[in-house]
Amino acid sequence: MEEGVVNEILQGPLRDLFDSTQFITDVSGSGNNWAVGHKLYGCQYREQIVEKLRRVAEQCDCLQCFFVIHSMGGGTGSGLGTFVLNVLEDEFPEVYRFVTSVYPSAEDDVITSPYNSVLAMRELTEHADCVLPIENQSLVDIVNKIHHMANSGKLGAVKPNSLVTSNKGGMKEGEKPFDAMNNIVANLLLNLTSSARFEGALNMDLNEISMNLVPFPHLHYLTSSLTPLYTLADVNVPTRRLDQMFSDAFNKDHQLIRADPKHSLYLACALMVRGNVHISDLRRNIERLKPSLQFVSWNQEGWKTSLCSVPPVGHTHSLLALANNTCVKPTFIDLRDRFTRLYRKKAHLHHYLQVDGMEQSSFTDAYSSLSSLIDEYNQLDAAKGVALPDPPRINIAV
Amino acid sequence: MSIITVQLGQCGNQIGYELFDVICNDFHSNGLCPRKENGLYQAASKERFFEETESGEFVSRAVLLDMEPKVISQTLSLAAHSGKWSYGEKSQFSQKQGSGNNWANGYCVHGPKHKDIIMNLVRKEAEKCDRLGGFVTIMSMAGGTGSGMGTFITSCLRDAYPTSLLLNEVIWPYGTGEVIVQNYNSILTLSHLYQSSDALLVHENDVIHKVCSQRMNIKQISFRDVNKVIAHQLGSVFQPAYTTDGATHYSRNPLGELMESLVPHPEFKMLGLRNIPQMSEHSLAYSTFTWHGLIKHLRQMLIANAKMEEGINWQVHLPTEVATRNSSLSAEQLFNRSVANLAIFRGKDIEGASSEGFRDPAMYTPWLPPDDSFSIWKTPRSFNKYEKSATLMSNSQGLLKPLDCIVGKAWNMFASKAYVHQYTKYGIEEEDFLQCFTTLEQIISSYSTL
Ligand SMILES: Nc1nc2c(ncn2[C@@H]2O[C@H](COP(=O)(O)OP(=O)(O)OP(=O)(O)O)[C@@H](O)[C@H]2O)c(=O)[nH]1
Ligand SMILES: Nc1nc2c(ncn2[C@@H]2O[C@H](COP(=O)(O)OP(=O)(O)O)[C@@H](O)[C@H]2O)c(=O)[nH]1
Ligand SMILES: [Mg+2]
Repeated sequence: MEEGVVNEILQGPLRDLFDSTQFITDVSGSGNNWAVGHKLYGCQYREQIVEKLRRVAEQCDCLQCFFVIHSMGGGTGSGLGTFVLNVLEDEFPEVYRFVTSVYPSAEDDVITSPYNSVLAMRELTEHADCVLPIENQSLVDIVNKIHHMANSGKLGAVKPNSLVTSNKGGMKEGEKPFDAMNNIVANLLLNLTSSARFEGALNMDLNEISMNLVPFPHLHYLTSSLTPLYTLADVNVPTRRLDQMFSDAFNKDHQLIRADPKHSLYLACALMVRGNVHISDLRRNIERLKPSLQFVSWNQEGWKTSLCSVPPVGHTHSLLALANNTCVKPTFIDLRDRFTRLYRKKAHLHHYLQVDGMEQSSFTDAYSSLSSLIDEYNQLDAAKGVALPDPPRINIAV
Repeated sequence: MSIITVQLGQCGNQIGYELFDVICNDFHSNGLCPRKENGLYQAASKERFFEETESGEFVSRAVLLDMEPKVISQTLSLAAHSGKWSYGEKSQFSQKQGSGNNWANGYCVHGPKHKDIIMNLVRKEAEKCDRLGGFVTIMSMAGGTGSGMGTFITSCLRDAYPTSLLLNEVIWPYGTGEVIVQNYNSILTLSHLYQSSDALLVHENDVIHKVCSQRMNIKQISFRDVNKVIAHQLGSVFQPAYTTDGATHYSRNPLGELMESLVPHPEFKMLGLRNIPQMSEHSLAYSTFTWHGLIKHLRQMLIANAKMEEGINWQVHLPTEVATRNSSLSAEQLFNRSVANLAIFRGKDIEGASSEGFRDPAMYTPWLPPDDSFSIWKTPRSFNKYEKSATLMSNSQGLLKPLDCIVGKAWNMFASKAYVHQYTKYGIEEEDFLQCFTTLEQIISSYSTL
């Protein structure tokens, strides 16, 4: 709703990839106000949005999934983005909705970001099939880490282009501040879809993601990690290094949000491998890693695997790990705390309440939605490590 | 007599390809036997699995089904490049997106939606056979297409071909998981197949994986390696053999005779396979075997329930007269009791192979006459590079443990209601799950009390 960024894309090297009739822009922006994006612009642009969505959808012969890519902290992505999510649900109820959400870090520059995020969270919990939370601070850390490794020379010959920040095959040259970070997210989405797009010994279509990783409808927040972060120049990977790729994927430094899956509870985990990796490598690593990870009692073998034979451009192999893990909880609690701090003072509230259709109850409802989500995670965590007896089986009279 | 193979889902299609490849390669070898013998064998093998076109090309009697396009296109191209055989031009059906590992999606949505097209493909294939003996359906139980749609198509085949035999080759998933809802999909598959199939032939991925690493010495194991072992085992059953003493022609009804030998009662239709020897081509070149040795091992593999030649427990033995009186020895309580067994011996000096060891009544359930419990098929023609080879197909307690394990895990998950909403979305309700659990607990109980 602020045309600057869109215009930049239109003039950039990727301009030919986009259909110029498929843009919707406004001039005034949403002022980092969820209500402006969701209620005001939502109402105003609904028809245009629907029409443009239908038009692209008609060109697909098998529409499998929508990706909504937005941030939680601002006004447009957060407000209008979650409005679009609702539109998609109404118009295309059969098509999966995957949302990539950039969560605000603690030292975020948008003051109202806790409001916007909590208001958006409720929509995500209710209307998305899967959410892949991303934190900018994590992206920054990863970018720095890669930079450091490439320059320290510690690993010997490291290729200048990291797997996860690589835009190889892309067209951009001069890098902007967000570029390296955004490439991580782009690579996440590429790897997420590669097994549906390319051949492999064990394919994974998009609909398998939520089927395998979402045991209960609301618990659809998946943490992700991409490994290896850097590729070594030699092509023959010794087993040890291949195994390192798997170990790293569970490490908290490699997660795209600040979370520690290893010390929390796994509900389910997917390992999506690309390139020169075999089923025996997967089996070996699952057996090796399993003892150090905690899985919920009813899903002790909660692994989903896929093997795609085509590696990312310029690399021999890669791994995307997706986890449904209670480690997202601290991020949510933190968000709720920041929301509470603002809300207690009624800070900036009037900016929201003056928007048509926005009421006090929007805030309280969003707050309770988030609280009950946190409660669901709490209950799972409470059962962690407690050995429950197996439920008695059905008895057959002999 | 001909067999139509229905390849379903990724797993079914990848294994189906290897099966035809093994059969075709075996067909083209000299089989280390007299020319005349080899001629008879080849004729029978061809009739079973291939149609020969006017230009002399071999076209497999197969129907390929998957809900996504990539696997089938890869399979077709592999076959086309074999230079020896191919799939029929119009014998496949695929769509754009898989069933998402959701049995209910395959069974309730894709199956009914595409039933007519699929049954039409099958009918066309059936019309090409002079005599149709039955169907072999290859599928995994863990995914959505093979398991869900495979189950649906099996029941359609049962309705459309009531007198033909249906054998379902089902691939049991790795125990440590590769599809998270694999246990749900498996119990839904098994319990439904039990209603419509004549027999379920089971291959466990864990077992075959071990065979690859411990017997074949493969360091980096791919699905291709696993599938070749499965294909070898299947080929060793389905290639021609003489099914009675002194027979002068190869069996014309292998599926029928197989069911007759192995499935005397509809409550017991889970079959397992063991074969010997299994080794890399390299080691094979330096090994010699005697029938006596092979058969002795195979018999011990059966009673000790060892699924491969490695790590057989030789302590396990059948209860003898003495031991029954003094019945506290644990080793014999461990022995794997059978409903029925079928041994298939192939290769050189076959006259010297004695199967007496498999006729001990102590091995079998008491309610079946001993003569009905064991059958033997033979041929002097060797199979797939092995000068001598022996396969044992068993209806026994051997699958009790994996079955009990899958039902237990599915039940634990079901108790928490996890993932159930993914199934109700497509019309499989909680009561349906309960029904499946009951069916399978019944089967477990029947096999346990043999
Ligand atoms: N032995 C063997 N098992 C396989 C192979 N491919 C897949 N599997 C097993 O099959 C199960 C997964 O089922 P798939 O066959 O991939 O699923 P599908 O039938 O295509 O169904 P959807 O993909 O859900 O539509 C897992 O247990 C895999 O281990 C294979 O080539 N060989
Ligand atoms: N990773 C990433 N985060 C961004 C980018 N642009 C903005 N953000 C984050 O998004 C939030 C602000 O929302 P923004 O998207 O600018 O607001 P909107 O335009 O009103 O939706 C802050 O948390 C920013 O750090 C970007 O290109 N990449
Ligand atoms: Mg598939």
